Amino acid sequence: MIAALRKIGAIGVFFGRILAGIVPALARPRLIVHQVYNAGARSLIIIMLSGLFVGMVLGLQGFDLLQRIGSEEVLGIGIALALLKELGPVMTALLFAGRAGTALASEIGLMRATDQLTAMEMMAVDPVHRIVVPRFLGGLIAVPLLVAIFNVIGLYGAQLIAVQQMGIDAGSFWGQTQSAVKLDDVIEGVVKSFVFGLACSLIAVYEGFHSAPTAAGVGLATTRTVVTSSVLILLLNYLLTAFYL
Amino acid sequence: MNTAEDALLTVCDVHYAIGGRPIFAGLSLSAQRGKITAIMGPSGTGKTTLLRLLTGQVYPDSGEIRVFGQDPATLKHKPLYQLRRRMGMLFQNGALLTDLDVFENVAFPLREHSKLSESEITARVLGKLQSVGLREAAQLMPAELSGGMARRVALARAIATEPELLIYDEPFVGLDPISMGVILRLIEEINAGGGVTSLIVSHDVEELAKIADYSYLLSGGKVVAEGTPAQMTRSGDETVRQFIGGLADGPVPFHYTESGK
Repeated sequence: MIAALRKIGAIGVFFGRILAGIVPALARPRLIVHQVYNAGARSLIIIMLSGLFVGMVLGLQGFDLLQRIGSEEVLGIGIALALLKELGPVMTALLFAGRAGTALASEIGLMRATDQLTAMEMMAVDPVHRIVVPRFLGGLIAVPLLVAIFNVIGLYGAQLIAVQQMGIDAGSFWGQTQSAVKLDDVIEGVVKSFVFGLACSLIAVYEGFHSAPTAAGVGLATTRTVVTSSVLILLLNYLLTAFYL
Repeated sequence: MNTAEDALLTVCDVHYAIGGRPIFAGLSLSAQRGKITAIMGPSGTGKTTLLRLLTGQVYPDSGEIRVFGQDPATLKHKPLYQLRRRMGMLFQNGALLTDLDVFENVAFPLREHSKLSESEITARVLGKLQSVGLREAAQLMPAELSGGMARRVALARAIATEPELLIYDEPFVGLDPISMGVILRLIEEINAGGGVTSLIVSHDVEELAKIADYSYLLSGGKVVAEGTPAQMTRSGDETVRQFIGGLADGPVPFHYTESGK
């Protein structure tokens, strides 16, 4: 219990150091863009594939459920809301933690293990500014973008099943969806994306930066990144949903 | 010969413990301006910890350290970084930044700190790479370098900003005899090049004897012997003889004990 509190405190302090480094880091936009590419573009395939299949499953299950009560025409609304508000942010963040979070943690951990971070310190370059902040910002920017892509592909996948396979009228599918989804729903999803992006990136850079400088230490840091981020994403998702409903 | 005026770096009666285990108990030494000072000692005597103390990465429990007349333990972030800019350090494994190529690694401290133009940086970097014989390797990535080459690149990076104090952490470990000879020659050349003070932490007695002006032998957390390489070889002290002669047992025991005594 005390250890957990101590860790939360340590992460908080580290977050403070990151925040303090954001303004100087903005002077080097190239580093950040590079990290958005690293964390974001390289997660695209997994995000798009997952989005497609999640959307298709939603289409199948949703159609089956709604057919039983004879209201297939609301399928689009249900899927759009499920993706925008819950599945999009949560699934994307979980996948991001597994794909990009682990890569970040092990990259920084290896830099620690091979003295690169100490070498920077010795060259009077703060590794938090040079290494941690651009990666943190890269993740923070990448996650909402990935969520948007996940949602679009997911909706397309659902449409494939509902309209192309099950024969729901395309006009009513899209029309219903368009009229029922409110701006607030979209905003809720966007807020969640940013919160999850922050949580994933912070955990990944924290674990990497504080990993023990050994092979086992780097391994442990990546494992912790996935476990902590996943639990944190689901916990935060519950809290945010409870707040919004 | 150890007068305080021409000492660039002094360590005075430093005590330091990690987790209750004493690493240094009354360590005192100094490095003279423009000379090569060697710090020798068996593995585990805290040679690397000493470097961390000198560069303000950790603070002594008691005692005083002065580098360029300043105590790194009392400096805040900014002046400490200013102090570190006057030092160059060669790490045991090179510690090259793996996501940058050789050229960018050497250019790194210049880009971070100097106001040099791009063409001046190119000229400086290629010049430093030339001096370590790796001008042609500028476009390689660190992963493509052999151990000896990586250390030479790291050396080029350490001298890129033309620091006044160069610190070498185990520069000879794991090198083949030819690479070792190259590094030895480079250390000597750089030091002779003017204005540079060198501090070498190592346990390679023979290599150090060739280039060091003055050396210290650490054991049990303090200096057990000091002198020029010639004086050290002639020393009658048992620890010195054990260390230089490479004897398995002696004042430094063969058997590990919990207390380290």
